[in-house]
Amino acid sequence: MIESSPILEARGIQVIRGGTILLDISSFLIHEGEILSLIGPNGAGKTTLLQTLSYLLKPFQGEILFRGRKIEANHSVLEYRRRLAMVFQEPLLFDTTVFNNVASGLKIRGMKKSEIHDRVIEQLDRFGISHLKDRSAKTLSGGEAQRTSLARAFSIQPEILLLDEPFASLDPPTRDALVEDLERVLRGTRTTAMFATHDRLEALRLSSRIAVMDGGRILQAGSPEEVMNHPVDEFVASFVGVETILSGKVIRQNGGTFIASIEGHEIEAVGEAHLGETVVLCIRPENVTLSIRPSQEGTSARNVFPGRIMKITSLGLYQRVHLDCAFPLVAYVTNHSLKELSLTEGKEVSASFKATAVNVIRKGES
Amino acid sequence: MDLILEGIKKAFWLLITFDPEVMGITLLSLWVSGIATLISLFFGISIGVAVALSRFTGKKIVVSLINTGMALPPVVVGLFVSNFLWRNGPLGFFGILYTPTAMIIAQTVIATPIVMGITLAAIQQLPQKLRLQILALGATRLQMVWILIKEAKLPLLAAVMAGFGGVISEVGASIMVGGNIKGYSRVLTTATVMETSRGNFDIAIALGIILLLLAYFINLILTQIQQRTRPR
Repeated sequence: MIESSPILEARGIQVIRGGTILLDISSFLIHEGEILSLIGPNGAGKTTLLQTLSYLLKPFQGEILFRGRKIEANHSVLEYRRRLAMVFQEPLLFDTTVFNNVASGLKIRGMKKSEIHDRVIEQLDRFGISHLKDRSAKTLSGGEAQRTSLARAFSIQPEILLLDEPFASLDPPTRDALVEDLERVLRGTRTTAMFATHDRLEALRLSSRIAVMDGGRILQAGSPEEVMNHPVDEFVASFVGVETILSGKVIRQNGGTFIASIEGHEIEAVGEAHLGETVVLCIRPENVTLSIRPSQEGTSARNVFPGRIMKITSLGLYQRVHLDCAFPLVAYVTNHSLKELSLTEGKEVSASFKATAVNVIRKGES
Repeated sequence: MDLILEGIKKAFWLLITFDPEVMGITLLSLWVSGIATLISLFFGISIGVAVALSRFTGKKIVVSLINTGMALPPVVVGLFVSNFLWRNGPLGFFGILYTPTAMIIAQTVIATPIVMGITLAAIQQLPQKLRLQILALGATRLQMVWILIKEAKLPLLAAVMAGFGGVISEVGASIMVGGNIKGYSRVLTTATVMETSRGNFDIAIALGIILLLLAYFINLILTQIQQRTRPR
């Protein structure tokens, strides 16, 4: 990750429509060369944030700084917009050829024809659509159209690229190919990028930093590792794939670890917490190991609980196992282990997870 | 049946002999309606785009007024334009009543809402986000409007056809403000009305056929342009 001065900064941004606050961001930064993904459910404010940052939506209050300079509504917006590019979920191509579409941003800037030609050819090649050059944009498939849209965005050599769920309406194979190409081009050109998605795997794959949004706010921003493993609250936890979220009270402490009581069961977690404090424990399903009772030896896990399998659902490569250990617990097992352990609904098993696998959200004294 | 056959024969004759009176009438029709359409394109497209792109209270009322205007009865337009241009009317001092200029004014009033209404619909029918995309590509407001007009070129060509078709075929306003003066303000439609009322069905039919052919060829040319610009 490249750390340098922020390329884009938002301070105290609020967007209000019809009395509802759509966006409320006290402070937000993106650094040069960074690839930041915005994740959150529909209506979280991702689109609004991207449109506000590109000044397509005028914020009710607050300011946006590009390379330390404040964007003024009247005179610097156009200049600013000409240094960024934006890609939407829909390709939004013009009714002309692929070539002219890719050239459109350059034409708007009044660039010379010969220069436009070279740049467009370069982008067409980069996104593997050179053979579509003279095709009408109306005849393209979804993937080809989105490639054209990306090529159009990159042709202006933006200093920052904003993408609003660019792959959301594509089928999985097309989407995978496109994500791969985008990743390659982003890394190759070292373009600063920010993209909205509701697919956390896409976010994990592309970004150096993840921001989780809901209700117009950024709930947490940090490295993928940090957000995935140390969510700040239950919402972020569930959104980043934590399937077990338990609330309990701290009943014992011993230097660096503590024991919380959940429905009368004791779970050990790593972290600081006061006695009697309410804590929320988040356990990712891939960190839970199942074994057939009563063999509890051979594991360093302190948290071992007997439980009954309530439900098994297939996730394709994995199986999601819902357990009742007096508290609900979810584990992922591979198809192979499912067979080997002959796990079936109703079976008694033993579930274990390490104290370090428990993420703690402190709720304070109650 | 004889009447129609006679009419067709006569029309054919008038056409191949380039009958000066018929030619004069045809050219004046083309001139008046052509100019009126051009003027209406200017006003219709600019106002139509402006209304489509702006947000203001009462927009719905304005839009429904424009849509009503698309069905403006030519006779009513004729009545109002006559009133304005009447010797004692507010614009009477121009002294242009019963001239081709007055006809151009009346036809412009008829065609403008047609062009405006179609433009409005054409622009509104473009995806909302297209505007954002164009701005995000670094376009000025003017560049954005120009790109949007280009994007809506097919329905806008339909607007040209509808506007021209509306005025070349109207008779009420032309007769009221033009006066159907022989060799001066007589156009195809007014001449057809007159010949029919006189019982000269053959000439009337001839004029009618010329009018039809004219409308057909103009639309054929515009359709050619439309089809050519359509993506391959």
